[in-house]
Amino acid sequence: MKLKVNGTEHEVDVEEDMPLLWVLRDELGITGPKYGCGIAQCGACTVHLDGVAAKSCQVWAADAEGVEVTTIEGLGTPEALHAVQAAWVEHQVGQCGYCQSGQIMLAASLLAESPSPTDDEIDDAMSANLCRCGTYPRIRAAVKTAAAKLQEA
Amino acid sequence: MGRLKTIARRTFLIGSAAVIGGVAFGVYTYRKPVKNPLEEGLAQGEAALTPYVKIDADGITLITPRAEVGQGAYMVQAALIAEELDVRLDQITADPGVPSAAYYNGTVAAEGFPLAATDDRLIARTGRGAADVAGKLLGLQLTGGSSTVPDAFEKLRVAGAVARATLLRAASEETGIPVDQLSTKDGAVVLPDGGTLAYTALATQAAGIETVQDVALKDPSEWRYIGKDMQRIDIVAKSTGTQEYGIDLQMDGMLHATVKCNPRMGGEMVSYDATEAETMSGVKRVVPITGGVGVLADNTWRAFQAAEAVTFEWGEAPYPSDDAAMWDQVAASFTADRQDSQFRDDGDVEAMEVAVEAEYRIPYLAHAPLEPMTATVLLDGGRLDIWTGTQIPRFMQVNAAKLAGLDAAQVHVHVLVSGGSFGRRLEDDYVLQAVELAMAEPGVPIKLTWSREEDMSHDFPRPLQMARARGAVSGGQVTGFDLGIAAPSVAASQLGRLGQPAMGPDVAIVAGAWDQPYTIPDYRVTGYRVPPMVPVSSWRSVGASGNGFLHEGFLDEVIHAAGADPLEERLRLCWHEPSRRVLEAVGEMSNWGEALPGGRGRGVAFTLSFGVPTAEVVEVTATDRGIRLDKVYVACEVGRVIDPVNFDNQVKGGVIWGLGHAMMSELTYSDGMAEQTNYDGYPGIRMYQTPEIEVRALETDALRGIGEPSVPPAAPALANAIFAATGQRIRELPLNKSVDFV
Repeated sequence: MKLKVNGTEHEVDVEEDMPLLWVLRDELGITGPKYGCGIAQCGACTVHLDGVAAKSCQVWAADAEGVEVTTIEGLGTPEALHAVQAAWVEHQVGQCGYCQSGQIMLAASLLAESPSPTDDEIDDAMSANLCRCGTYPRIRAAVKTAAAKLQEA
Repeated sequence: MGRLKTIARRTFLIGSAAVIGGVAFGVYTYRKPVKNPLEEGLAQGEAALTPYVKIDADGITLITPRAEVGQGAYMVQAALIAEELDVRLDQITADPGVPSAAYYNGTVAAEGFPLAATDDRLIARTGRGAADVAGKLLGLQLTGGSSTVPDAFEKLRVAGAVARATLLRAASEETGIPVDQLSTKDGAVVLPDGGTLAYTALATQAAGIETVQDVALKDPSEWRYIGKDMQRIDIVAKSTGTQEYGIDLQMDGMLHATVKCNPRMGGEMVSYDATEAETMSGVKRVVPITGGVGVLADNTWRAFQAAEAVTFEWGEAPYPSDDAAMWDQVAASFTADRQDSQFRDDGDVEAMEVAVEAEYRIPYLAHAPLEPMTATVLLDGGRLDIWTGTQIPRFMQVNAAKLAGLDAAQVHVHVLVSGGSFGRRLEDDYVLQAVELAMAEPGVPIKLTWSREEDMSHDFPRPLQMARARGAVSGGQVTGFDLGIAAPSVAASQLGRLGQPAMGPDVAIVAGAWDQPYTIPDYRVTGYRVPPMVPVSSWRSVGASGNGFLHEGFLDEVIHAAGADPLEERLRLCWHEPSRRVLEAVGEMSNWGEALPGGRGRGVAFTLSFGVPTAEVVEVTATDRGIRLDKVYVACEVGRVIDPVNFDNQVKGGVIWGLGHAMMSELTYSDGMAEQTNYDGYPGIRMYQTPEIEVRALETDALRGIGEPSVPPAAPALANAIFAATGQRIRELPLNKSVDFV
């Protein structure tokens, strides 16, 4: 089947029900999305499907056909950071960093949908993802910074 | 023993020069390492200036041997070296190096001695010095016990200074200009005419000369990194998905593997049937290993699927099969023959008039770092390569060698960044499984990835604990406090798996309880050792993590029985100035004493752990949807803050870790198996439940680590706040067994 990831078409030979996460990681070598639970609890695997955050451990490969898949690698790069990534760097959010790809993808999706979220909206949306290190206060602050920056632009 | 004592004394004197003499003055003689591991395999033109600094024409590598598990260890180690080497942090690469006795931890072993951090007597200091000797003799390369900063603070700055002095001499020899006319700046030697010679250009010259051994360290007023806000060296990678963790490793020809082992920890596999699994798509082989099987496949998910298709007959658990039976064991352990320690016994608690009596319980807890256990292993001829995140590279190297029938020198360990640990990667079980798989498939790199279910059902949890406590009051004051704590021994369980002896009492059973700086006329803390049950291990802040709740929860009860104010009475009981300061600080931060509206409550708790007195005040509101956490105030006396941003992040992370587990987490066992196998049954705290946290650091010249000390007071401060808001005293964790949270 054909998958379009970060703007590039890939031909993959996998079962229809292989989770997109594992197609990305083990078939395409795109390792930004992480495995944490496999049951939509942690969100470390969060990617965008046509710009909307989705837990890639729950998306069948077959269902990702014909959809624009964006991973953290496609959001921005170390040389050209997305505004959300720049805010994550500015606030030094990450500790172990393992959940942060998913957190950033979730935040970017939130801000695309709701450019100036209230504190409660940020808490509600970001509570979909888990961080074991306890970086939530910095995630909160970084989402606000990113929102402000995106509003200016 | 005489010699050991002499070494202990001498090592102590050198080791504490930085503490006693004021950090920046005097000349430091570089202690010759056991053997510089960088000297092996140096290429032409590469200079190994101490075991921590490697320079060649292409760049500067700083060796940061303490594991990066999220706590910022690479950053702090690199900053300490860079401070004296005089390089910018964007000019260096941090590399964990190879396992070596040269990277021994001289501080962590001190946690195993029954020496209160507040004990400044010579005997206590000598004991801590002996920990340094023990660390050195054992070549104890280990990350843990909040020891990275205290262990590294002098060692790494001296290494940076030695490397810089040697580069200066090399530049002098190269140019004929005397050293005293040269200076350094940002990775280069500056000549009198303003010209520069990059360190990288001096590598060949520096490699050919003896390192300069006697160096002076900078005055703290000249520090450019220490104590200043720094940008973590890994923060861009960790914000762009480009940080490579163990689970991300990709190699040519690699097979993806998983394992499924007896969910009864340590139980055997009686039989298995992999007929169906072996026919599944992408599956190469199913291999029996110790206690279960491994599946080798071309994709991790396919390996997971196939592992689920294997059927097993599992052996019995080598411990009581369910929680009720285990609690019976714990409850039966408050006996003279199971008494493990009684490091505190002031006055006469037997004679006191008991006013309050209570029993407390805390459950098993999993570490459950978000990156599951993973390791990649390649066995090729007589060489074994291991790529993994670990806190114990040398123990692992030895154990892997033993398993593969090789010498340790034939085992090459490549330490990778870990997606969390919280103590989990102080074990090497997952690595040894990967070695077993590699032995079955030599010549092929095997990446083992545990499923979350395998991870949680094979965690070595924090032990369950019970306390039986009695308190006495008189004239509005706490006058008696008798705390008995029964728990299995983490030290015996964990060291046993590493093949190390665990002698004497296990301090962890009573850490954070016996060593608290309170003067109570009748005051006793007794540890009871519960026979081994589920194998247990170190969990962020170890013994203090649970004992903070037991001690401070019950102290709160006794204070209330006395009719005293929880903060005022703690201050009255506390004799230790730094501890008083943090209590006073949280009082001021939280406006303690100012009345809160109905339905709201404030709780305070204090624990001195890892040498860091930490006080926390939690504010909650009892709403009709349950308890809501409003605000947390934390003050700790941490010694020197090396990196203020990371300090803040670690303290908050520890508070959140402590609160979240206290609110909602427990690992229970049925039929010998953990009943919670993923984050649905073992939830973590989420953002909407996380209160605002205000942190204050009180600094001294002491050197402490901050990865753990904010954990222990969080649970009792929350429970005490719930009591203040509702009148309900909760003596069992998790708290959501007794109250709902919003």
